[in-house]
Amino acid sequence: MTLLWIPLLSLFGSIISSMTGKLTRNQSTILTLVMPVVALLIIVSLTPAVIAGEVIRETISWIPLLGIDIAFRLDGLALLFVFMILGIGILVIFYARYYLSSHDSLPKLYSYLMLFMTAMLGIVMSNNVIQLWFFWELTSISSFLLISYWWHKPEARKGAIMALTVTGGGGLALLAGLLLLGNIVGSYDLDIILASREVIQAHAWYEITLILILLGAFTKSAQFPFHFWLPHAMAAPTPVSAYLHSATMVKAGIFLLARFYPALAGTDIWFIIVGLTGLVTLLFGAYVALFKHDLKGLLAYSTISHLGLITLLFGLDTELAAVAAIFHIINHATFKASLFMATGIIDHETGTRDMRKLNGMWRFMPYTATLAMVAAAAMAGVPLLNGFLSKEMFFAETLHQQLLGSMSWLIPLLATVAGALAVAYSARFIHDVFFNGEPIDLPKQPSEPPRYMRVPIEILVLLCLAVGIFPDFIVNDILTAASFAVLGGHLPEFEVALWHGFNLPLLMSAAAVCGGLLLYSQRSYLYKFQASLPSLNAKKTFDNAAYVMTMWCQRKISTIENGSLQRYLMIIFVVVLFFSGWPLLEMNQLIGEKSLTPIDAHNAMGAVLLMVGAVSTVIWCRTRVISLLMLSVVGLMVSLVFTRFSAPDLALTQLTVEVVTIILLMLALYFLPQNSSAESSSVRIIRDLGISAALGIIIASICYALITRPFESISDFFLANAKTGGGGTNVVNVILVDFRGFDTLGEICVLGIAALGIYKLLVNLPLFISGSDSEGRPWAKERYPILLASISQSLLPLALMVSFYIFLRGHNLPGGGFIAGLVTAVAFILQYIAHGSNWIAERITINYRKVIASGIAIALFTGVGSWFFGRPFMTTWFDYFDIPFIGEIELASALIFDVGVYITVVGATLMILASLGQLTANVPKEEVNI
Amino acid sequence: MELLYAACVGLMVSCGVFLILRARTFPVVLGLTMLSYAVNLFLFSSGRLSTNQAAVLGYSAEYADPLPQALVLTAIVIGFAMTAFVVILAIRGRTDLGSDHVDGQAPKSNKKVKV
Repeated sequence: MTLLWIPLLSLFGSIISSMTGKLTRNQSTILTLVMPVVALLIIVSLTPAVIAGEVIRETISWIPLLGIDIAFRLDGLALLFVFMILGIGILVIFYARYYLSSHDSLPKLYSYLMLFMTAMLGIVMSNNVIQLWFFWELTSISSFLLISYWWHKPEARKGAIMALTVTGGGGLALLAGLLLLGNIVGSYDLDIILASREVIQAHAWYEITLILILLGAFTKSAQFPFHFWLPHAMAAPTPVSAYLHSATMVKAGIFLLARFYPALAGTDIWFIIVGLTGLVTLLFGAYVALFKHDLKGLLAYSTISHLGLITLLFGLDTELAAVAAIFHIINHATFKASLFMATGIIDHETGTRDMRKLNGMWRFMPYTATLAMVAAAAMAGVPLLNGFLSKEMFFAETLHQQLLGSMSWLIPLLATVAGALAVAYSARFIHDVFFNGEPIDLPKQPSEPPRYMRVPIEILVLLCLAVGIFPDFIVNDILTAASFAVLGGHLPEFEVALWHGFNLPLLMSAAAVCGGLLLYSQRSYLYKFQASLPSLNAKKTFDNAAYVMTMWCQRKISTIENGSLQRYLMIIFVVVLFFSGWPLLEMNQLIGEKSLTPIDAHNAMGAVLLMVGAVSTVIWCRTRVISLLMLSVVGLMVSLVFTRFSAPDLALTQLTVEVVTIILLMLALYFLPQNSSAESSSVRIIRDLGISAALGIIIASICYALITRPFESISDFFLANAKTGGGGTNVVNVILVDFRGFDTLGEICVLGIAALGIYKLLVNLPLFISGSDSEGRPWAKERYPILLASISQSLLPLALMVSFYIFLRGHNLPGGGFIAGLVTAVAFILQYIAHGSNWIAERITINYRKVIASGIAIALFTGVGSWFFGRPFMTTWFDYFDIPFIGEIELASALIFDVGVYITVVGATLMILASLGQLTANVPKEEVNI
Repeated sequence: MELLYAACVGLMVSCGVFLILRARTFPVVLGLTMLSYAVNLFLFSSGRLSTNQAAVLGYSAEYADPLPQALVLTAIVIGFAMTAFVVILAIRGRTDLGSDHVDGQAPKSNKKVKV
């Protein structure tokens, strides 16, 4: 599992560095560096195998049914990127140590950087496209954190939001594209996808898949017209820019192009979209870069331009172009990272990045200036440097393409123009900053930076030179391996060399250099022309677009969600009406085949009472007490219905719950407005009557259709096994505590959660109690009648005994934990009513929350207990014991579970009522406001 | 008898729904309670109606379906918890918002109820 360790190590690094806040900066830096260095060593040890053409794979099955695995692979392309990510990452970490001032948190930056590094490593090494997408999104999020590192600056926050919106939006498109791709191929496995080129390109979804994936790649790598986030991301600290915009973040989009090149490229639509986007971005970026006064702004647009160049290369229809693209990825990473770091030094030492102020830096920091000038020359494509070689290859490839049909000759021309622009802005970087007269009111006196701050730049510049002079020796192996992966297993003949003889590309290079220098020397005219153009502020446009969209959504939301519960419920009921009524229309006959039972007098009587109760509740719904009493009639009749139709357990439960509910609602009445005036208009009442009548009729019909049909039940199993398997004869109780014990456990949890929620809702409730009723009459002074008090007190032991009895017999006869718990709770509530909560509080000092918790814990551990006997969760055990004097009794583990149920029910019920009742106890007794 | 049973369930649903559609919290709570009665009866009836056949082994020759009964038993208790939670929410809402209206527009005169 070596590959898995690479992202894991860097993730550990992120955690470790976040914990180094108490250490010195040097210690923090060293600790942060450990993990990436170890990861780099692992990769180096794997390198010979990969260079030899092997692809290292590691897969851990994760969600096989969805085709999602944790899968890593290391081929040449991944290897190249891993080297860049780790190598430049290590240099950036080292550099940031000197860049950040002492009042910025270094551990925070390191932690984000390492998180970002994890995400990038994950992208390049993923062998499953869903996993790839996961890491892709992680780069968006971690880059958001990095760009907003100086969160106190508004431009940092805005830049971060803009980057997240654009790249995150692209990420969604990418997800859609990858899902389509997975569906086309039938697998999310990258190996399989890369091998199914014909299947993918012949499929009807190919175009849309391609466009979605390209949207992801283009937003990430800042291709026109999605480029605008990148300059704003420059609000990040310079080490972050050096990392994100040279080797990693923006290269993730390029990596995606390269990764899917074997599967998606080769069609006309690919060449048109990729090639043209790249061409436009190349020219646009290079042109704008020339006019930026901010050093980082210049580098940002030059990055956009170079990314366009690489994209264009992938869009040219030759294999050598892909090789050139990969080569330029390496070169751009090295010279751009060093340029960003040099800019950081200049900013750090002078306090500004404005090229109109920065002049003549050569005198103050000759050493840094030399390094920066070499790197800038590489960016311009000057011979003996790496940028020259890849640019030469690029020029050569533009000559061999048919992108624009008969107008294809335009492309080499435009490429030369872009090359000239690159030379011009590079010349400006060198000349404006290091020469061109004296500095103009700098905030700081410039000097050379600390010795070690330059080390990362020296290494990178050395690399530029080494690649530029001995290309064969340095990059040939890795370039071959990476190209081999991108081109899907076959490799064109190519030779990276400094000197190819006098040919057309060399001429184009020469033209570009001359043209660039000429452009730069005539820049004052260009600036004047540019100043006369209307300026376009991307940030403002973006903000406006975001504002308009937010407002639009807000309006839509407030039309749908207007705060009226009536309205939502009405819509819900109408939908229910429609979907439950529709199937009835397709049924031929409502009544089923089951023989009907005759109506007897008891039933008719009960039904009449129930109906009268229900209708009265509605009629008197504005006189709340009467309405409540009528509701209790309905509740009692329901309990009788259960008794009548062979459900004694239900009847007992319903009866006790009814008592508790009505007491609770009575209490609630005290806190709610006592009268309610007529609110609804007649139209509203007619509408509501219509909906409720229709729904009632539908439900009644369904119910009738249901109970008049014969049926097969699975209950025979429970009836047959209750005694033998569960050890009880009351089948309902055995189902509750045994067969479906897991459900019951969930249900008592819900009960406990509801009670806790209520407790929380009532804590710190500002009192809202009137001292009198709605007609202004004060409440009675004798709150606790003596008669009730004394009787209830003597009843308590009796009630507890009854509940104990009901509890014990529950397994064999109607009863059980739920009912016994409710009976106990009612007995205690009676004490509350008779004596008031203060009186009780003096005598019972039990914390009901703990009662609930212990009840659930008992039930849970009874279930867990069966594990110790090697049985599945909640296996019941029971046996019979012969105890002297008492006789044979049965003991079952289900009984302990039922104890848990009992305790939870008692605790929850009492907590609900006591919490509410407690509020009334604080009302001043004597002084009543009228 | 089946017809009568179904009619009762239907009527309770109607009353419950009508109450739920009122504009103040208390009728909504009453309606919810009523509706949960109706739903419990409805679920219970899916085991069909039978008299004197309680599902206690050894007391009769045939037994009523115990499964819907077990489901309804817990439903009753959970229904209580839900009713309790809703009514307390109504109280809290009245205290915090100064009104017991759920129609999204409290009448001005009711906004400040004096103690």
